[in-house]
Amino acid sequence: MVVSYPRPDSADLLFHALADPTRRDIVATVLRGGSSVSALGRRYPMSLTAVQKHVAVLERAGLVRKHRRGREQVVTAEVEALRDAARVLDRLESIWRDRLERFADVLAEPAGGPTP
Amino acid sequence: MTIASVNRDLESLTLTLVAEYDAAPERVWELWADPRKLERWWGPPVYPATVVAHDLTPDGTVSYYMTGPEGDRHWGWWRIVSVEPPSTLVFEDGFGDETGAPDPSLPATLARVSIEAREDGGTRMVLVSTFPSRESMDQVLAMGAEEGMRLALGQTDAILAAAEW
Repeated sequence: MVVSYPRPDSADLLFHALADPTRRDIVATVLRGGSSVSALGRRYPMSLTAVQKHVAVLERAGLVRKHRRGREQVVTAEVEALRDAARVLDRLESIWRDRLERFADVLAEPAGGPTP
Repeated sequence: MTIASVNRDLESLTLTLVAEYDAAPERVWELWADPRKLERWWGPPVYPATVVAHDLTPDGTVSYYMTGPEGDRHWGWWRIVSVEPPSTLVFEDGFGDETGAPDPSLPATLARVSIEAREDGGTRMVLVSTFPSRESMDQVLAMGAEEGMRLALGQTDAILAAAEW
Protein backbone atom coordinates (compact mmCIF):
# COMPACT_ATOMS: atom_id res chain seq x y z
CA MET A 1 0.00 0.00 0.00
CA VAL A 2 2.57 2.48 -1.12
CA VAL A 3 1.56 5.53 -3.08
CA SER A 4 3.79 7.59 -5.34
CA TYR A 5 3.14 11.26 -5.75
CA PRO A 6 4.92 14.20 -7.30
CA ARG A 7 3.77 16.86 -4.83
CA PRO A 8 1.82 15.95 -1.74
CA ASP A 9 -1.42 17.76 -1.32
CA SER A 10 -2.49 17.26 2.25
CA ALA A 11 -6.11 16.29 1.62
CA ASP A 12 -5.29 14.09 -1.35
CA LEU A 13 -2.40 12.55 0.46
CA LEU A 14 -4.56 11.19 3.24
CA PHE A 15 -6.85 9.48 0.81
CA HIS A 16 -4.14 8.26 -1.50
CA ALA A 17 -2.39 6.70 1.46
CA LEU A 18 -5.35 4.41 1.81
CA ALA A 19 -4.93 2.50 -1.40
CA ASP A 20 -7.50 -0.14 -0.49
CA PRO A 21 -10.80 1.16 -1.90
CA THR A 22 -12.94 -0.25 0.88
CA ARG A 23 -10.81 1.24 3.62
CA ARG A 24 -10.68 4.53 1.77
CA ASP A 25 -14.43 4.50 1.57
CA ILE A 26 -14.74 3.67 5.27
CA VAL A 27 -12.58 6.66 6.17
CA ALA A 28 -14.55 8.90 3.80
CA THR A 29 -17.80 7.65 5.31
CA VAL A 30 -16.85 8.11 8.92
CA LEU A 31 -15.29 11.50 8.17
CA ARG A 32 -18.79 12.67 7.31
CA GLY A 33 -19.91 11.55 10.77
CA GLY A 34 -19.50 8.42 12.85
CA SER A 35 -21.01 5.24 11.55
CA SER A 36 -21.86 2.03 13.38
CA VAL A 37 -19.94 -1.09 12.46
CA SER A 38 -23.19 -2.79 11.51
CA ALA A 39 -24.16 0.10 9.20
CA LEU A 40 -20.74 -0.13 7.57
CA GLY A 41 -21.31 -3.87 7.23
CA ARG A 42 -24.49 -3.26 5.23
CA ARG A 43 -22.71 -0.81 2.99
CA TYR A 44 -20.27 -3.22 1.37
CA PRO A 45 -20.81 -6.48 -0.52
CA MET A 46 -18.76 -8.48 1.96
CA SER A 47 -19.17 -10.18 5.28
CA LEU A 48 -19.43 -8.16 8.47
CA THR A 49 -16.25 -9.92 9.59
CA ALA A 50 -14.40 -8.63 6.53
CA VAL A 51 -15.60 -5.08 7.23
CA GLN A 52 -14.57 -5.44 10.86
CA LYS A 53 -11.11 -6.47 9.70
CA HIS A 54 -10.84 -3.34 7.56
CA VAL A 55 -11.93 -1.23 10.51
CA ALA A 56 -9.37 -2.98 12.71
CA VAL A 57 -6.59 -2.17 10.21
CA LEU A 58 -7.64 1.48 10.21
CA GLU A 59 -7.90 1.49 13.98
CA ARG A 60 -4.44 -0.03 14.40
CA ALA A 61 -3.09 2.71 12.17
CA GLY A 62 -4.80 5.23 14.44
CA LEU A 63 -6.89 6.57 11.57
CA VAL A 64 -10.25 5.71 13.11
CA ARG A 65 -11.49 4.99 16.58
CA LYS A 66 -14.27 2.74 17.86
CA HIS A 67 -16.60 3.88 20.64
CA ARG A 68 -19.46 2.04 22.27
CA ARG A 69 -22.78 3.81 22.01
CA GLY A 70 -25.46 1.79 23.71
CA ARG A 71 -25.35 -1.60 22.03
CA GLU A 72 -23.58 -0.27 18.98
CA GLN A 73 -19.90 0.10 18.07
CA VAL A 74 -19.50 3.49 16.42
CA VAL A 75 -16.50 4.25 14.20
CA THR A 76 -15.21 7.81 13.98
CA ALA A 77 -12.29 9.29 12.04
CA GLU A 78 -9.19 10.49 13.86
CA VAL A 79 -8.77 13.62 11.79
CA GLU A 80 -5.86 14.91 13.81
CA ALA A 81 -4.06 11.58 13.56
CA LEU A 82 -4.42 11.69 9.80
CA ARG A 83 -3.00 15.21 9.73
CA ASP A 84 -0.25 14.42 12.22
CA ALA A 85 0.89 11.32 10.40
CA ALA A 86 1.13 13.25 7.16
CA ARG A 87 3.03 16.04 8.90
CA VAL A 88 5.55 13.74 10.55
CA LEU A 89 6.25 12.01 7.25
CA ASP A 90 6.60 15.46 5.63
CA ARG A 91 9.35 16.35 8.07
CA LEU A 92 11.08 13.04 7.71
CA GLU A 93 10.92 13.33 3.94
CA SER A 94 12.39 16.81 3.88
CA ILE A 95 15.29 15.71 6.10
CA TRP A 96 16.12 12.70 3.93
CA ARG A 97 15.69 14.55 0.64
CA ASP A 98 18.24 17.12 1.75
CA ARG A 99 20.60 14.42 3.02
CA LEU A 100 20.48 12.47 -0.22
CA GLU A 101 21.17 15.63 -2.23
CA ARG A 102 24.20 16.44 -0.07
CA PHE A 103 25.21 12.79 -0.46
CA ALA A 104 25.33 13.37 -4.23
CA ASP A 105 27.46 16.49 -3.77
CA VAL A 106 30.03 14.61 -1.70
CA LEU A 107 30.06 11.75 -4.22
CA ALA A 108 30.61 14.15 -7.10
CA GLU A 109 33.87 15.41 -5.62
CA PRO A 110 37.08 14.07 -7.11
CA ALA A 111 38.54 11.09 -5.24
CA GLY A 112 40.09 12.21 -1.98
CA GLY A 113 37.74 15.17 -1.79
CA PRO A 114 38.59 18.74 -0.91
CA THR A 115 39.77 19.77 2.50
CA PRO A 116 36.69 20.94 4.39
CA MET B 1 18.12 14.22 -10.72
CA THR B 2 19.38 12.49 -7.64
CA ILE B 3 16.09 11.47 -6.08
CA ALA B 4 14.22 9.20 -8.44
CA SER B 5 11.12 8.63 -6.35
CA VAL B 6 9.56 9.15 -2.96
CA ASN B 7 6.88 6.84 -1.67
CA ARG B 8 5.05 7.10 1.56
CA ASP B 9 2.72 4.82 3.37
CA LEU B 10 0.72 6.58 6.02
CA GLU B 11 -0.70 3.40 7.38
CA SER B 12 2.61 1.77 8.21
CA LEU B 13 4.33 5.16 8.74
CA THR B 14 7.03 4.33 6.23
CA LEU B 15 8.91 6.62 3.92
CA THR B 16 10.85 5.21 0.96
CA LEU B 17 13.26 7.30 -1.10
CA VAL B 18 15.11 6.05 -4.16
CA ALA B 19 18.23 7.92 -5.23
CA GLU B 20 20.39 7.37 -8.30
CA TYR B 21 24.09 8.15 -8.26
CA ASP B 22 26.73 8.09 -11.02
CA ALA B 23 29.25 6.27 -8.87
CA ALA B 24 30.05 2.65 -8.15
CA PRO B 25 28.34 0.98 -5.15
CA GLU B 26 31.67 0.77 -3.31
CA ARG B 27 32.05 4.56 -3.46
CA VAL B 28 28.45 5.06 -2.33
CA TRP B 29 29.05 2.69 0.56
CA GLU B 30 32.11 4.70 1.63
CA LEU B 31 29.88 7.65 2.47
CA TRP B 32 28.26 5.51 5.16
CA ALA B 33 31.35 3.57 6.19
CA ASP B 34 33.83 6.44 6.49
CA PRO B 35 32.91 8.67 9.44
CA ARG B 36 34.72 11.68 7.93
CA LYS B 37 32.60 11.32 4.79
CA LEU B 38 29.42 10.60 6.72
CA GLU B 39 29.69 13.82 8.69
CA ARG B 40 29.92 15.82 5.46
CA TRP B 41 26.34 14.99 4.44
CA TRP B 42 24.46 13.77 7.53
CA GLY B 43 23.80 17.17 9.08
CA PRO B 44 22.66 20.31 7.27
CA PRO B 45 25.39 22.89 6.56
CA VAL B 46 24.47 25.06 9.54
CA TYR B 47 24.24 22.01 11.85
CA PRO B 48 27.30 20.01 10.79
CA ALA B 49 27.70 16.56 12.30
CA THR B 50 30.75 15.36 14.18
CA VAL B 51 30.98 11.57 14.45
CA VAL B 52 32.65 10.44 17.68
CA ALA B 53 32.03 6.68 17.48
CA HIS B 54 31.49 4.63 14.37
CA ASP B 55 31.24 0.86 14.67
CA LEU B 56 29.39 -0.59 11.67
CA THR B 57 29.06 -4.12 13.03
CA PRO B 58 25.90 -5.86 14.26
CA ASP B 59 24.87 -4.23 17.55
CA GLY B 60 27.57 -1.61 17.03
CA THR B 61 26.98 2.06 17.75
CA VAL B 62 27.47 5.24 15.82
CA SER B 63 27.46 8.32 18.01
CA TYR B 64 27.48 11.88 16.74
CA TYR B 65 26.55 15.42 17.59
CA MET B 66 25.41 18.28 15.40
CA THR B 67 26.70 21.74 16.24
CA GLY B 68 24.30 24.66 15.83
CA PRO B 69 25.09 28.28 15.06
CA GLU B 70 25.22 29.11 18.80
CA GLY B 71 27.59 26.27 19.49
CA ASP B 72 24.65 24.22 20.74
CA ARG B 73 25.11 20.46 20.47
CA HIS B 74 22.42 17.96 19.52
CA TRP B 75 23.35 14.35 20.00
CA GLY B 76 22.22 11.39 17.98
CA TRP B 77 23.04 7.72 17.74
CA TRP B 78 22.59 4.68 15.54
CA ARG B 79 22.39 1.10 16.72
CA ILE B 80 23.37 -1.22 13.90
CA VAL B 81 20.88 -4.01 13.28
CA SER B 82 22.59 -5.58 10.28
CA VAL B 83 25.34 -4.68 7.90
CA GLU B 84 26.53 -6.18 4.64
CA PRO B 85 29.10 -4.06 2.78
CA PRO B 86 28.64 -2.63 0.25
CA SER B 87 24.95 -3.31 -0.13
CA THR B 88 22.93 -3.24 3.10
CA LEU B 89 22.83 -1.23 6.29
CA VAL B 90 19.96 -1.39 8.78
CA PHE B 91 20.05 0.74 11.90
CA GLU B 92 17.97 2.32 14.59
CA ASP B 93 18.31 6.07 14.32
CA GLY B 94 17.69 7.93 17.55
CA PHE B 95 18.39 11.00 19.61
CA GLY B 96 20.61 11.44 22.61
CA ASP B 97 20.57 13.48 25.79
CA GLU B 98 23.17 16.17 26.59
CA THR B 99 25.78 13.50 27.34
CA GLY B 100 25.19 11.68 24.08
CA ALA B 101 23.55 8.69 25.76
CA PRO B 102 20.42 7.39 24.01
CA ASP B 103 17.40 9.27 25.29
CA PRO B 104 14.52 6.81 25.61
CA SER B 105 12.00 9.64 25.84
CA LEU B 106 12.80 10.65 22.28
CA PRO B 107 11.58 8.54 19.38
CA ALA B 108 13.77 6.36 17.22
CA THR B 109 13.12 5.37 13.63
CA LEU B 110 14.39 2.32 11.79
CA ALA B 111 16.42 3.05 8.66
CA ARG B 112 17.18 0.48 5.98
CA VAL B 113 19.69 1.35 3.25
CA SER B 114 19.99 -0.83 0.15
CA ILE B 115 22.71 -0.13 -2.39
CA GLU B 116 22.69 -1.87 -5.74
CA ALA B 117 24.74 -1.53 -8.92
CA ARG B 118 23.02 -0.33 -12.06
CA GLU B 119 23.96 -1.83 -15.40
CA ASP B 120 25.53 1.44 -16.55
CA GLY B 121 27.99 1.43 -13.64
CA GLY B 122 25.96 3.80 -11.49
CA THR B 123 24.22 2.98 -8.25
CA ARG B 124 20.68 2.94 -7.00
CA MET B 125 20.28 3.56 -3.27
CA VAL B 126 16.99 2.89 -1.54
CA LEU B 127 16.36 4.38 1.88
CA VAL B 128 13.40 3.17 3.90
CA SER B 129 12.64 4.99 7.13
CA THR B 130 9.97 3.61 9.43
CA PHE B 131 8.47 4.59 12.72
CA PRO B 132 8.62 1.12 14.27
CA SER B 133 5.52 1.72 16.32
CA ARG B 134 2.61 4.02 16.56
CA GLU B 135 4.02 4.87 19.99
CA SER B 136 7.27 6.21 18.60
CA MET B 137 5.34 8.54 16.33
CA ASP B 138 3.11 9.52 19.21
CA GLN B 139 6.28 10.43 21.13
CA VAL B 140 7.13 12.88 18.40
CA LEU B 141 3.64 14.28 18.45
CA ALA B 142 3.56 14.43 22.24
CA MET B 143 6.52 16.74 22.06
CA GLY B 144 3.85 18.89 20.61
CA ALA B 145 4.80 22.32 19.54
CA GLU B 146 6.96 23.14 16.57
CA GLU B 147 9.92 23.45 18.91
CA GLY B 148 9.62 19.84 19.98
CA MET B 149 9.20 18.67 16.44
CA ARG B 150 12.21 20.65 15.36
CA LEU B 151 14.33 19.16 18.08
CA ALA B 152 13.08 15.65 17.51
CA LEU B 153 13.29 15.50 13.78
CA GLY B 154 16.50 17.35 13.27
CA GLN B 155 16.54 21.11 13.21
CA THR B 156 13.97 21.70 10.56
CA ASP B 157 14.51 25.46 10.51
CA ALA B 158 18.15 24.95 9.72
CA ILE B 159 17.26 22.46 7.03
CA LEU B 160 14.74 24.81 5.48
CA ALA B 161 17.25 27.64 5.59
CA ALA B 162 19.83 25.41 3.98
CA ALA B 163 17.35 24.36 1.31
CA GLU B 164 17.02 27.97 0.20
CA TRP B 165 20.66 28.17 -0.78
